[in-house]
Amino acid sequence: MSQRAFLEIEGLAFTYEDLVMRFDLAVDAGECVGVVGPSGAGKSTLLALIGGFETPLAGSIKVDGRDITHLPPAERPVTSLFQDFNLFPHLSAADNVGLGRDPGLRLTADDRAQVAWALGEVGLAGFEARLPGQLSGGERQRVALARSLIRNRPLLLLDEPFAALGPALRAEMLELVDRLRRAQGMTVLLVTHDPNEAARIAARTAFVSEGRVVMFGRTPDVLGSSEPVVRAYLGER
Amino acid sequence: MTLSRIGLVLAALIVAAVLADYAALLSGATAADLAALLDDAYLRRVIVFTFLQATLSALLSLGGAIAAARALARQSDFPGRRLILQFCALPMVIPSVAAIFGVVAVYGRSGWLADLSADLGSDWKPTIYGLTGILIAHVFFNMPLAIRLLLPAWATVPPESWRLAAQLGMSSRQIFRLIELPLLRQYAPAAFVFVFILCFLSFAVVLTLGGGPRATTLEVAIYQALRFDVDLPRGGALALLQTLACLVLVAIAWAAGRRLDFGRGTRLGGIRFDGATPGARARDFLAITLAIGFVALPVAALTADGINGLLFARLDAMALLKAAGVTLLLGIPSGVIATLLGYPIAAASDRLRARKPAVIVIGIAGLAGVIASPMAIGAGLMLGLAGRVDLTAVAPIGVVAMNALLTLPFTVGVLRPAVARNHAQYDRLCAGLGLSGWNRFRVVDWPMLRRAIGLACGLASAAAMGDLTAIALFGSQRLTNLTLLLYDQIAEYRLDSASGTALALLALCLLVFAGIERGVGGRQ
Repeated sequence: MSQRAFLEIEGLAFTYEDLVMRFDLAVDAGECVGVVGPSGAGKSTLLALIGGFETPLAGSIKVDGRDITHLPPAERPVTSLFQDFNLFPHLSAADNVGLGRDPGLRLTADDRAQVAWALGEVGLAGFEARLPGQLSGGERQRVALARSLIRNRPLLLLDEPFAALGPALRAEMLELVDRLRRAQGMTVLLVTHDPNEAARIAARTAFVSEGRVVMFGRTPDVLGSSEPVVRAYLGER
Repeated sequence: MTLSRIGLVLAALIVAAVLADYAALLSGATAADLAALLDDAYLRRVIVFTFLQATLSALLSLGGAIAAARALARQSDFPGRRLILQFCALPMVIPSVAAIFGVVAVYGRSGWLADLSADLGSDWKPTIYGLTGILIAHVFFNMPLAIRLLLPAWATVPPESWRLAAQLGMSSRQIFRLIELPLLRQYAPAAFVFVFILCFLSFAVVLTLGGGPRATTLEVAIYQALRFDVDLPRGGALALLQTLACLVLVAIAWAAGRRLDFGRGTRLGGIRFDGATPGARARDFLAITLAIGFVALPVAALTADGINGLLFARLDAMALLKAAGVTLLLGIPSGVIATLLGYPIAAASDRLRARKPAVIVIGIAGLAGVIASPMAIGAGLMLGLAGRVDLTAVAPIGVVAMNALLTLPFTVGVLRPAVARNHAQYDRLCAGLGLSGWNRFRVVDWPMLRRAIGLACGLASAAAMGDLTAIALFGSQRLTNLTLLLYDQIAEYRLDSASGTALALLALCLLVFAGIERGVGGRQ
C-alpha cells in the first residue's frame, strides 16, 4: 500500500430483502475493473450505492480522498450508465447529450459544439436530430456514452450496459469504452454477466458473492481461481 | 359459435337498436325543426352555455388533477397513498344525486360554508345555483377521475429516468419541463376530452344545480322538451343536435389518441429524488391535501347530515323502503345485463381488433351510451314506443334497457384489458391442450377473470342504481326509486328528508357494489 487508491469503499453496508451486504473495494485511478458474480449477489446494488441512488446503512465511499457517501447523485464525480433507458425517448440525441451540460437544456453555441464533438467521439457524428426510437440499441448506448464524455466525471459506472447487444456489437462497444477510458483518463467499473467481457477490457476483476467482494485481483487470476464459488459461477465443478 | 362471434352479433344488435332509435328520432323531427331550433335565441344560449360549462369544468378538473397526480407520483411513500387512490375512485361510484346533496350541504345557502361565514361574523351567503354550483359538482366528480387517468402516465417512466434526472442534477422545475410536460402532452388531451364529454352530457348536476333557464345544457333541454313541454319533435331535434356534437367530440377524443387506462395501473417504480427535499414534500403534501379535502368535504357532509337525517328527521319510512326496493329491482338487472353484454363484446373487441369494420361496430356499441347521449337514446325509445304501448306499463323495461346501455362502457372498459391479457397469455396453451368453448371458460377464463367480472358487474349495478337520467325520463308517482325521490326532495329544498335519502342511496349502492364485487369476484 504505497499510495492511496482513487476509489475507496470501506464497510459499505446495505440490506435488500434477505441479503445483508457489506462491500470493501479499492480501485486505482485510470483502471478498468470488472465486477462479476452470480445474479442477485449485489453487483448492481454496489453500483447504485456508488452512484448515490441508494443510501448505505454504514460505511464510506471516497473518491480521490474526498468522502462522497452523503452527496446527492448529481454532485458525485460519477456517471452511471444503465442497461437500458439511459435516454429520454422524446428528446433528440443532441438534447440527450446536452443534458450533461445543462439539465435545463439551455445550451449555448459552445455547448452545442461540445455535443457534436462528443457524438463524433462515439461514432455518431451527424446523428444530432435523431430520436432514441430511431436509433438501434447500440447507438442508444453510444449516445449515453457521449453524454458521459461531456459530463467529464472521472468515474464511469457501467451496469451491464451492453447485455442486450449481439456479440460483435458488444465487442465493438467494449473497445469504444476502453478507448474513451484511455483518452479521458477515466476510471471504469463494469458490471457484467459475461466473464469474456471482463477478460477483454478489465485488468482487474472483483468477484461479488452474497453481498461481498470475495475476491479481487488480476482478471485471469480471479477467473482462473479454484475457489468453489468462482468455479460454480463459471459452470465448472 | 365462439364468444367473439357472439360479441360481434350483440354489438351489431346494439348498433342496430341505436340506429332504429335514431330513425324514430328522425321521423319525429324534420330538417325544418332543426333549422327552427338554430334560430331560437334561447337555444343558442343553451348551446353556448353547454360548451362553456364543459370547457371550464374540464379545465378546472384537469388543472387540479395534474397538481395532485404529480404530487402523488412524486411521493411514492406518502402515508395512506393507496387509500387516497381508492378514495379517488369513490366519486365514480357515488350516485350523482347523493353527491350533489353533499355539495349543497357544504356550499349551499345553509351549508357548512355558510355556517362558517356566519361564525366569522360575515353576512355573506354562498350562492350555489348556476354556473358556480355546476362547476363545483363537476370538479368533485371529475378531478379524482382525472387523477386516476393521469397517474398511469408517471408509471410509464422507467425508474432509470429518475436516477438519470438525479445524476444530471435536474431541478424540480426542469423535471417538470423536460420530462413531465411531454408526458402530459401525451396523456392530458385524451383525459381532457373525456372529462369534457362527461360534463357536456352531464344531466343530474345541471338539472339540480342549474337553477333555471340561465344555466341549462342541451341534455337538460331535451329532457324538458320531452317531459314538461311534451313536444316530442322538438325533443327529437334537440337530441339529434346533441348527438352530432357528441360524434364530433368522440372523433376528437379518438384523434387525441392514447387509450385511456381505467385499470389500476397506479403502481409506480423508482424513487423520485427531487421529491425528497422538505420544500418539495411540503408542496406535494399541500397539493394532495387540498385535492382530497375538496372531494372529502361533500362526502363528509353527506355522511354526517345523512346520519342526522336518518335518526332525527321525520321520515316517510314506507316511501323510502319502497323506493329502495325499486332501486334494487331496476339497478341490479341493468348491471347484470351490461356485464353479460360486456363480456362477449370485450372478447370480440380483442379478438377481432385486426378487422376494421368489426372494430368500428364494436367500438360504437361499447360507447353507445356516450356517443348517442343518454337523453337522445331515451328520447328515441320514447318516440318509438309512443302511441304503440302504454308508456307507464313498459317504463321499468325502458329504465333497465337504457341503464344497461349507459353502463356498457364501464363493463367493456373493465373487462377488455383483463380479457386481452388472458388471450395473450393462455391462447397458445389452451390451443395446445385442446381447451375451447365452455371448458376453456370454466377451467381458464372464469377463474382468471372473475375478479374483473365482479368489478364490472358491481360498478355497472351501482352506476345504474345511482343514475337519474333514465328514471327522470320514465319515472312516475308509481315508479319512483331513491334517486328520483332524492331529486324531488332537493328540488323542493326539503334538505332534512333529502339527507336521509342521500345516505340511504349511497349506502345501498356501496353495499351492492361490494356485495357483487366480492360475491362474483370471490375473495382475494
